[in-house]
Amino acid sequence: MAKDKTAKRIIIVGGGISGLLATIKVCEAGGEVDLFSYCPVKRSHSLCAQGGINACMDTKGEHDSIYEHFDDTVYGGDFLADQVAVKGMVEAAPKIIKMLDRMGVPFTRTPEGVLDLRNFGGQKHKRTCFAGSTTGQQILYALDEQVRRWETKKLDKDAERFAVKKYEFWEFVKIIKNKDGVCRGIVAQNMNTMEIKAFRADTVILATGGPGQVFGRCTASTICNGSAVSAVYQQGAEIANPEFIQIHPTAIPGSDKNRLMSEACRGEGGRVWVWRKNPETGEKERWYFLEDMYPAYGNLVPRDVASRAIYKVCEHMKLGINGEHRVYLDLSHIAPDYLERKLGGILEMYSEFVGKDPREVPMEIFPSVHYSMGGIWVDRKHYTNIPGLMASGECDYQYHGANRLGANSLLSAAYSGTISGPEAMNWARTGNKGPELTDAELEAARKEVQDEYDKILQMRGSENAHRLHHELGDLMYKYVAIERDNKGLDACLVELKKILKRWEDIGITDQSKTANQEAMFVRQLRNMILYAMVITKGARMRDESRGAHAKIVLDEKGERVVDENNDLVFMGRDDENFMRITVVSYDPKTEEPQVTYREFDHSLIKPRLRSYK
Amino acid sequence: MAEKKVRFIIERQDGPNEKPYTQEFDVDYRPGLNVVAALMEIQKNPVTVDGKRVAPVVWECNCLEKVCGACMMVINGMARQACCALVDEIKQPIHLQPARTFPVIRDLLIDRSVMFESLKRIQGWVELDGSWDVKDAPIQNPYTAQTAYEISHCMTCGCCLEACPNVGPQSDFIGPAPTVQAYLFNLHPLGKFDAPKRLNALMEKGGITSCGNSQNCVEVCPKNIKLTTYLAQLNRDVNKQALRNIFNN
Repeated sequence: MAKDKTAKRIIIVGGGISGLLATIKVCEAGGEVDLFSYCPVKRSHSLCAQGGINACMDTKGEHDSIYEHFDDTVYGGDFLADQVAVKGMVEAAPKIIKMLDRMGVPFTRTPEGVLDLRNFGGQKHKRTCFAGSTTGQQILYALDEQVRRWETKKLDKDAERFAVKKYEFWEFVKIIKNKDGVCRGIVAQNMNTMEIKAFRADTVILATGGPGQVFGRCTASTICNGSAVSAVYQQGAEIANPEFIQIHPTAIPGSDKNRLMSEACRGEGGRVWVWRKNPETGEKERWYFLEDMYPAYGNLVPRDVASRAIYKVCEHMKLGINGEHRVYLDLSHIAPDYLERKLGGILEMYSEFVGKDPREVPMEIFPSVHYSMGGIWVDRKHYTNIPGLMASGECDYQYHGANRLGANSLLSAAYSGTISGPEAMNWARTGNKGPELTDAELEAARKEVQDEYDKILQMRGSENAHRLHHELGDLMYKYVAIERDNKGLDACLVELKKILKRWEDIGITDQSKTANQEAMFVRQLRNMILYAMVITKGARMRDESRGAHAKIVLDEKGERVVDENNDLVFMGRDDENFMRITVVSYDPKTEEPQVTYREFDHSLIKPRLRSYK
Repeated sequence: MAEKKVRFIIERQDGPNEKPYTQEFDVDYRPGLNVVAALMEIQKNPVTVDGKRVAPVVWECNCLEKVCGACMMVINGMARQACCALVDEIKQPIHLQPARTFPVIRDLLIDRSVMFESLKRIQGWVELDGSWDVKDAPIQNPYTAQTAYEISHCMTCGCCLEACPNVGPQSDFIGPAPTVQAYLFNLHPLGKFDAPKRLNALMEKGGITSCGNSQNCVEVCPKNIKLTTYLAQLNRDVNKQALRNIFNN
């Protein structure tokens, strides 16, 4: 068969690390990209990643191996990640690092000029490449630069346009399917002029990041609202493992945002402690509780384990600083020049936002919602269940199972882009795409979105959208965060339905036809509420504890069960019933999530008990 | 009312071609309050001190950690990131204005696309054959890499352009931030192959000769990049390149 040589147009939504790398790969394969983003892609949330990116470089004389990276990732994810997919990722990791190095990422180097490596949670070898404490920013910038190069290049001299055309300050609203049900375009809205427009594509890749804003205060940027994921979920895309929400143990609590304090702090020797009375002598002492509870890994236990320990010490043992939800993260014993070189950027941030110098005094931190292991279901080539629609990066569910290891997110973001980009071109050339969208179909899709938007502008109720969002976040933190139980999750589902109802009673004050952020936020908020239901329902149905999902046993009266030491009793991991992927689909009639379970490949490493003691 | 309030005087503008006007808002004080958090409070209750219900103030923000560069605005007369402008550390009432070096879209929201265009002009990238595997990346001098790391923190926020007296309608100067990025790529072991192209681009109109050495940029850079040091170094490199151009032709 002759190869289809007509120009191919790929729409990529999201300009973080995954979206940008997919863009580069599409261009290299001879395709044109329309790149949509809420913001200039250089301001995408990937830049908040601090500590590093894992790859087995084995340059520290520790005999690290790709197999150990594979095993640590699968074990860290409590055996819920597709092992074949993870294997592909860890094998590609060293090559990805070399590529980024050539692109100009200013990785921190040893005196010999090779890449330095640091320790990270859940891994016993130095395996994390880093650029000071701003690794995500540096990687994002290097990819942004390469994409800018493609913005100035034509694929052939007669082409009418450059290989990449950016649509920055455009919000993705929904996908458009042709009569065969194949995704062939999107509708998007210009966030400044409010123009709504429909676009054609051969393949659409969503690389829209995580849903942190569903929890209100979190470590994510304000743009990480999960709205695009929720939109395609409502159009038939399946969501997988949504209940696995990573709570990062060390963040600076704040009323506007919880600011991340990198796991690199612990990787570079930081210790976590609180004051307590010594149980034997009764004397006041510093209790390094992670080292005490988990002697093998100490402060370097994975995030879910550290977060639960900190929560227990503050909430149940009442040992938080001044009785509040805070513990110390201490770097003050480490030489200041070493700290400056390895962690400079984030120490400056702590000083700036808190007003105290972490080189002098211990930092005060508490766990915060950070990352979603779950997301849009994809196969190993990053196709979703909707033909023509792909997902890539944090918005997909692949690679991390029930808990993500630190510094594996930059890796999965980059790696998924190297898969989704070329596959998007493969689909564009050989896929069963059916007919291109007609002008009438484009206009019908555009008008539908226009009508929905006009309706929002007419809302005259009594609720303020931002206050309702705040309540949504409080609700999710109360019931669906570090410790969950079925009574709370049932209550949460009831409350979420009430919030969804109250959404209809929102009142809009802004009628402007320029940069109407309020109206756009109202549309996003509805998507966030529906996604909150997906997370909560997934958590409710999974009757076990695994990775970040920790469920407390209730007695027949619905009270939380405690053991002889008055510690809460958690459900165990139940491989027989729950070593399956949660798959959630949307029921348009009830607007409720429907949960089923799906088998996956865990044939390479035999599941074993996960313990860091 | 017993609660402590913080007064904000905000310069607003309904659209690109509309006239600016000011409105005042009171926000409840709390420890650690920053300007973005205060604007978020105004979103929740967009009522002026005169009790008038108005449209919420429009601005741009993403990360709230001083890494993304989005929330740059003029606060009490100085261009800076709003997320790390702590109310406790600045004079009240607090004046907020858009950075008018750039076209205003609405309220505090501005159009900074010109900076990204300038990055195209200076060819701000390493010219790779492709993202595929070739062989090991070249070893780099760790000290040079540390300099690159410093410059690579530039978030294209535009503070330095807002502060620079030579950026504006009177001049074509592309501004300190994009200019200094040329230096970054000239440091890279592969990027330096194209250094002459970048230096030649800086010889053109709006390039390095438009820098008046006022030193304002280095004062306002939120990332403490030694902009004037690198501008001076670039100036020397551009001159050397100019001589090379003469003698090699």
